[in-house]
Amino acid sequence: MAVEHTSGKKVGSVMLYALSTCQWCNKTKQLLRDLGIDFDFVYVDLLEGKEQSEILDTMEKWNPRGSFPTLVIDNKRCIVGFQEGQIREVFGT
Amino acid sequence: MTLPVFPDALIDATYSDLKKEAEDGGYRLNQDIDFTKNLIRGLLKNEQRYGYRACPCRLATGKKEEDLDIICPCDYRDPDLDEFGACYCALYVSEAVQKGQQKLSPIPERRPPRANRKNPQPLTPKGLAPLAALPLPVWRCKVCGYLCAREQPPEVCPICKVKKDRFERFI
Ligand code: SF4
Repeated sequence: MAVEHTSGKKVGSVMLYALSTCQWCNKTKQLLRDLGIDFDFVYVDLLEGKEQSEILDTMEKWNPRGSFPTLVIDNKRCIVGFQEGQIREVFGT
Repeated sequence: MTLPVFPDALIDATYSDLKKEAEDGGYRLNQDIDFTKNLIRGLLKNEQRYGYRACPCRLATGKKEEDLDIICPCDYRDPDLDEFGACYCALYVSEAVQKGQQKLSPIPERRPPRANRKNPQPLTPKGLAPLAALPLPVWRCKVCGYLCAREQPPEVCPICKVKKDRFERFI
């Protein structure tokens, strides 16, 4: 699966579902990088067929609207959209 | 690399075209030029891979009938401009946002989720006869609301420039 990893400070599992063309996804990814967080991300638009629909099914459990970016933290909390304040708050900065 | 490298000249030309088209119809592009040009790269990438400019911030299926509502400008642009001062991607913004009087915040997705999307309506739905008193059917542009009374919708919306397939029968 085309999940990419960015190394950084470990704060549990952090998964970003994104689109390669979406600027809010881009900003979210950049913010996580700036915060130095260890996270995984996947560009759902670059996947195809079954692989894409399986990822979407997982993502929609967290965000039923199926929109991007969707950020899932520690399999507990989900942040939809580029919510800079909320993201900073979760990672304590 | 996440976006294909398009020549700067192409990005600049597309930007100028979109800006002119927007302004001619009373719309405005986001004043943050770098952000806007990245969105344009996304639109061009989608045009390259799907054959049409699907919304950069939404997942297209690649099947045009299913993606019609999210071909840019999407069916959701105007309601989001009214309510939030920008379209979902923030390619288009309101006057207040453009002038810095209103700040942008994340816009909730207005498009129905995958499971609830309606099948596209055919251009001439059955059972919708023209009102007896009207000599012609009335067509509505789903993007900007433009109405016209004629046998068929125009090839291109004179206001927002979307194609004929974005019209619905209104009366
Ligand atoms: S108008 Fe905005 S939200 Fe709609 S498709 Fe275009 S860029 Fe996306």
